[in-house]
Amino acid sequence: MSDDINVRDGLRESATFDRTTMAEIRRAADTGIYDIRGFGAKRKLPHFDDLLFLGASMSRYPLEGYREKCNTSVTLGTRFAKKPIELDIPVTIAGMSFGALSANAKEALGRGASLMGTSTTTGDGGMTPEERGQSSKLVYQYLPSRYGMNPDDLRKADAIEVVLGQGAKPGGGGMLLGQKITDRVAQMRTLPMGVDQRSACRHPDWTGPDDLAIKIQELREITDWQVPIYIKVGATRTYYDVKLAVKAGADVIVVDGMQGGTAATQDVFIEHVGIPTLAAIPQAVQALQEMGMHRKVQLIVSGGIRNGADVAKCMALGADAVAIGTAALVALGCNHPMYDKEFKEIGSAAGFYDDYHEGKDPAGISTQDPELMKRLDPAEGGRKLANYLNVLTLEAQTLARACGKSDLRNLEPEDMVALTVESAAMAGVPLAGTSWIPGRAF
Amino acid sequence: MKTINLETQTVRDLNQALHDQSTKCTEREWEVLEPKGQHNIACGLDQNLAVDIKGHAGYFCAGMNKKAHITVHGNAGQGVAENMMSGTVRVKGDASQAAGATAHGGLLVVEGNAAARCGISMKGVDIVVKGDVGHMSCFMGQAGNLVVCGDAGDALGDSLYEVKIYVKGSVKSLGADCIEKEMRDEHIHELTELLNRAGVDEDPASFKRYGSARELYNFKIDNASAY
Repeated sequence: MSDDINVRDGLRESATFDRTTMAEIRRAADTGIYDIRGFGAKRKLPHFDDLLFLGASMSRYPLEGYREKCNTSVTLGTRFAKKPIELDIPVTIAGMSFGALSANAKEALGRGASLMGTSTTTGDGGMTPEERGQSSKLVYQYLPSRYGMNPDDLRKADAIEVVLGQGAKPGGGGMLLGQKITDRVAQMRTLPMGVDQRSACRHPDWTGPDDLAIKIQELREITDWQVPIYIKVGATRTYYDVKLAVKAGADVIVVDGMQGGTAATQDVFIEHVGIPTLAAIPQAVQALQEMGMHRKVQLIVSGGIRNGADVAKCMALGADAVAIGTAALVALGCNHPMYDKEFKEIGSAAGFYDDYHEGKDPAGISTQDPELMKRLDPAEGGRKLANYLNVLTLEAQTLARACGKSDLRNLEPEDMVALTVESAAMAGVPLAGTSWIPGRAF
Repeated sequence: MKTINLETQTVRDLNQALHDQSTKCTEREWEVLEPKGQHNIACGLDQNLAVDIKGHAGYFCAGMNKKAHITVHGNAGQGVAENMMSGTVRVKGDASQAAGATAHGGLLVVEGNAAARCGISMKGVDIVVKGDVGHMSCFMGQAGNLVVCGDAGDALGDSLYEVKIYVKGSVKSLGADCIEKEMRDEHIHELTELLNRAGVDEDPASFKRYGSARELYNFKIDNASAY
C-alpha cells in the first residue's frame, strides 16, 4: 500500500503533469527564466542496473576470490606519447573545475586519487598548485574557454584532455555565476570579480576534425610528444565522434554519457540532450574495433558510475577505464545528511541538492565561501575518496573473478545479459534467459 | 645565427631544437627557411630567441609563445600566436582567422589584414593590425588591447569583457554589449605607446575607442534577446 496519503484517499496524480512538472511550470511562471542546476540527468534511463553478469558454472571456470590475482592496472596513452600514464586502478577522477569546486575539494580529489595510484583531472579554470601538488597523476583539460591555460602548466601535466563536450551538455558551454567568482577565481580566469563567467561551447581557434588534428599536433609539439592526449566527447553521435577522434590523433578517448554531472547547466539541456552512457559504450567500441584501434587507443567512460558493478560492466562492454565525478563528490560529503537542516534553509534537502552554481553548498564542496570551504578537510576527504575507490576496485575484481577473469579488461560482453529489451539493444547483449539481442539476427 | 631548412628537416626537429634553448641557450638568432605553410612552426618557445620564418606559415605558428620574438616573413595560417604569454610575434603579410586567440600577453603585430575572430577570447595580449580585421573579432575578449588601423567587420567585440579596441577605419557593426566609448587622454597615451611598440606610423587621434557596456556581465532575463 502506498505511503502517500493522497493515493490512499483515491486521488490520482497525472503521470504527465506530476508534482515535479507542475512545480517547474509554477517556477517558470514566477521567474521567467529557465532552471539552471548542477548534477547530471535525474530522469530514469537505461543504465548499468539493467545488466547482470553471468557468473561461472559448468561452462566457465571461476577464480578464487581471496587467492587468485585479478589485475586492475591499465596503461593509457600508448599510441603516440613517450610517457603513457600507468594507473593502478581503472577508475579515474573526471575533470571538475576549481571555481565550481573549492580548492579544498580539488585538493581532496588529488589526494584520494594519488593514494589509489590513479589520476585526477583539472577543469575549466586551470591548474591550481594544491591540485598539482597532491596529484601524482594529473590530467590537464584543454577547454574552449582556455581559462588559466598556459604552456608551463601544460608541460607539468601527465596528460592533456582536449574537451569537445560533456555528457551533461553536449553542444553547450558553461556558466559560472558571479557569486562564485572570487578574487582568486577571477585572477585565474582573467576576469573581473563577480561577473558571470561564460565558458564557450566550441574552441576559439579550430573547427572540425581536420583542424583538431593540427591542434593536437601543436599540443604535442609544445610538450615534445611526452604526454598522452585525450579527446573528451559528450555522448551523442558517439560512433562517428570516436572515429573522427581517432583520425585526429587521440591517444585516449573519453566518452561522457548524459548521466555525467555538471556544475551549472540548464535543466532542459541536462535532461534532453545526449544519450545514456550504456548506449554510448558499444558505439565507441564498435568504432574503435572497425578501425583496428580497440585497446590501442584507450577508451575511458564516464557518466553515472556509482559502484564496482558499474565499473565492471563498463569494462565488459569494452572500456579500458572509467571516470567518476558526481560519485567522487558524494564520497567527499556532497549532499551528506548531516547538513540536512542547512540544505533545507536554502530550499533543498540532503540527497536533492543540485544548486552548485549558487555557491552555498553546506558541505563546503561546490563553493568558494571561505567559511563553508573549511568544512571539508582535504586530508580527510582524500582518505574517504581513496576508501571509496578501493571499494569500487574490490567490487569490480569480485565480479571479474566470478566470471573467471584474471584481469578486469578480460571481461567481455558475453559475460552479461540484460533485464530489459531496451538495455539489451543498447548494450548489445542478450535479454536474460534468451539468446536474443534486439536489432541483430538470430 | 642558426639556420634550419624545413625542406630537409622536420617541424619536430625545429621545435625540439628551439625548446632545447630554454634549458641551455647556445644560440639566440634562428632562421627558418622553406616553411611552405607547414603547421605548428616555432610553437611552445620559452626563451628570449629571435626567430625569422622566411616564408608562409600554417596553423598555430608561434602558439603559446613565451619570451621569444618571432617574425613570419609571409602570411600566417589560423591561430597564429594563439595563447601567447609574452614576447613578440610579427606577421609581415596577412593572418588567417583567430590570430592571437586567447593570448595572455606579449605583442602580436599583423602588417597586413587579419581574418575573422582576430583576438577571440584574448586575455591580456596587445594586438596591432595595420590592415582590416574580419567579423567577430575580439569575441568574448577578456583583457588587453586590439588596435585596427583599417576597417573592422561585423559584430566587433561581441560579448566583450575588458578589452580596449581602437579602430581607425569603419566598423561594419558592433557585437552584443560593445559600444563606442570616449577617447580620453589616457587612451591617446596608451594607443601612442601601442603604435610605437608595433612600429606603426598612425595618428592616435584618428582612432575611435570601443569597449564593453558591461550590461551582459551578469545574466538578466531582460537581456535574453541580446544573446
